Amino acid sequence: MKKTGAQILCEGLTREGVEVIFGILGGAVLSIYDTLPQYPQLRHILVRHEQGAAHAAEGYARVTNKAGVCIATSGPGATNLVTGIADAYMDSVPMVAITGQVARPFIGKDAFQEADITGITLPITKYNYLVTDVADLAKTVKEAFYIAQTGRPGPVLIDIPKDVQQEITEFAYPEKVDLPSYKIISQGHTAQIRRAVKFINKADRPLIIAGRGITISQAYDELKELAEKAQIPVVSTLLGLSSFPGRHILNFGMLGMHGMAYANLAVQTADLIIAIGMRFDDRATANAGGFAPEARIIHIDIDPAEISKNVPADVPIVGDVKAVLKVLNKEIEKADHLEWVSQLEQWKYEHPLVETGQGDKLLPEYVIRQIYEATQGNAIVVTGVGQNQMWAAQYFTYTKPNSFISAGGLGPMGFELPAAIGAQIGHPEETVWCIAGDGGFQMTIQELGTIAQENTAVKIAIINNGYLGMVRQWQELFYQRRYVDTKLRNPDFVKIAEAYDISAIRVKHRDEVVSAINKAMDHSGPFLIDFSVEPEENVYPIVPPGESLARFLEIPKPEVLSK
Amino acid sequence: MFDTKHTLIALVDDKPGVLNRIVSLLRRRSFNIQSLTVGGSEHPGLSRMTVVVAGDSAVVEQVRKQLDKLISVVKVSDITNEDMVARELALIKVKATASTRSEIMQIVDIFRANIVDVALDSLTVEVTGDESKMESLIDLLRRFGIKQINRTGRIALTRGITRD
Repeated sequence: MKKTGAQILCEGLTREGVEVIFGILGGAVLSIYDTLPQYPQLRHILVRHEQGAAHAAEGYARVTNKAGVCIATSGPGATNLVTGIADAYMDSVPMVAITGQVARPFIGKDAFQEADITGITLPITKYNYLVTDVADLAKTVKEAFYIAQTGRPGPVLIDIPKDVQQEITEFAYPEKVDLPSYKIISQGHTAQIRRAVKFINKADRPLIIAGRGITISQAYDELKELAEKAQIPVVSTLLGLSSFPGRHILNFGMLGMHGMAYANLAVQTADLIIAIGMRFDDRATANAGGFAPEARIIHIDIDPAEISKNVPADVPIVGDVKAVLKVLNKEIEKADHLEWVSQLEQWKYEHPLVETGQGDKLLPEYVIRQIYEATQGNAIVVTGVGQNQMWAAQYFTYTKPNSFISAGGLGPMGFELPAAIGAQIGHPEETVWCIAGDGGFQMTIQELGTIAQENTAVKIAIINNGYLGMVRQWQELFYQRRYVDTKLRNPDFVKIAEAYDISAIRVKHRDEVVSAINKAMDHSGPFLIDFSVEPEENVYPIVPPGESLARFLEIPKPEVLSK
Repeated sequence: MFDTKHTLIALVDDKPGVLNRIVSLLRRRSFNIQSLTVGGSEHPGLSRMTVVVAGDSAVVEQVRKQLDKLISVVKVSDITNEDMVARELALIKVKATASTRSEIMQIVDIFRANIVDVALDSLTVEVTGDESKMESLIDLLRRFGIKQINRTGRIALTRGITRD
């Protein structure tokens, strides 16, 4: 049957199981939008800015483990997607970004709204296409979804000139992809797995570092089995939070720059590190040269280019985490590691999470903790970037798999609101809490419009300290308190929400926190709470830049959190 | 950490933009490409690329893995430490007068090079070989006056066993 390029694209999207597209219109995608009503199974979410489309697609993809789809017009539309695409690339998020391009005769002539988006996104996509022949379009869509969702997932961009969208050709959707140069190694090397088993069986102080690969590979059960069978404590990277039950006795929290003191001490004392689906990011390792000085390192990852990139691996295992762990779990011996686990418990006792400050100040840590208490962990938490993100990582206990959604590698402020929209649309039955900073919130604040239009039931908590908080903290600690341009004169967020017809309240006092959270949860639609928190609260512990993990700074004058 | 010269050979898709993808990766790590050649291979639709870069071995190995990850790259190997045959081709246009022409031709003969163009005031020499042979010939011809040189850069294959 003959179809237009735009129809072929929509056919491809439906065949790939796409249900939701996040996008905004423009001249070079008009033909695609004109075709959309013929495909009612494709729900289009109209965002307010293309960055919102990309982050929303990410939020959707992160919670559903399916490719998120975003669409933008040529030129500025396409360039506005870039931050979200780069973020998806860093955090291995499956995404298919569709951009309109000027018609073929205009390409390369600096036409109106022309940008070389395949050139621009070359280093931040897993692959990208400029479709110059409508006959290639069906195959391209098929390949794009395959590449985005297999192996180490990532973003794929398809740039489609306007005249290609309008051109008509015979439509046949390919059954299979033919990509001889695209290799995925899913089964780990048997000999390396055997070596890993030996190391694990004879380790005295083994430690698992769980990364986002656990979530991508859906290897929660396998991770739990590994930890329990040999009684190996588990710490996680930021993106590995929620890959291992938060209340499990072998869970020792997050490692890294703002990791738990006991998690970092465990890393620096372990004699064996089993790093699973993680990439030794500098925020996780701190000074990589001083990382885990006493440990041999088993590194399991699907991407061979991650092996020995930042930290040399003694046992490299390239493969799908779930598949590798299945084999590993069969081979390893039961163990208890009593002494080691009790050492970690001792450290946990000596370095508890603390709630800082005095009396009845409204502390951000308290707000996060109360959201946890109110939801009992039964929520998806989507964070911004900065202090709010770290407090959300530290003070919420993630008891449900894949319940912590955060932009780790790229760290784009403004991720939280659109990503929360995507997460809520991906899982409409779940409670989604968007933990925002007042700085980051204003980077994508326009997506309140999307929330209002779609009546997306996101609960928004602005951790409003009136500063670009994390930067202010660095100025305080490392730039002798010279607060250059980190103080924000913020608008009235409650009024802004109300202007969008979104219910909102402001909380200034500690004793209002719980009732405000409950009010938000009882409300059926979207709800915003502006928490005016203590302005100069810092995130602790912190490993100063350049130091190794054991050299963390803890809060001055700690006061044990009374639970 | 010492910079050594590495020869990478890659079998890549013969499609627009592939060269860009490869060079972009090398640029990101600030590699100065000493030479890069691309041409057809024995597989239809695939080209073979030879890239010579100087760099620390561990970094080159990391980049090799990242190149291998590119969807457009079928396979990439660092053959620096393998037994390989490496050649390049140079065209050298050298000034020649009636009195120097025969001496130049003698030198060209010794190097088993060819004269591919003769003009009243110049000769164009075609030579293949490894880099040191190129350098020696160019050195010898320099005193006659070199007008232009165009070199292909290295192409290489490992010896013996066939491989991609």
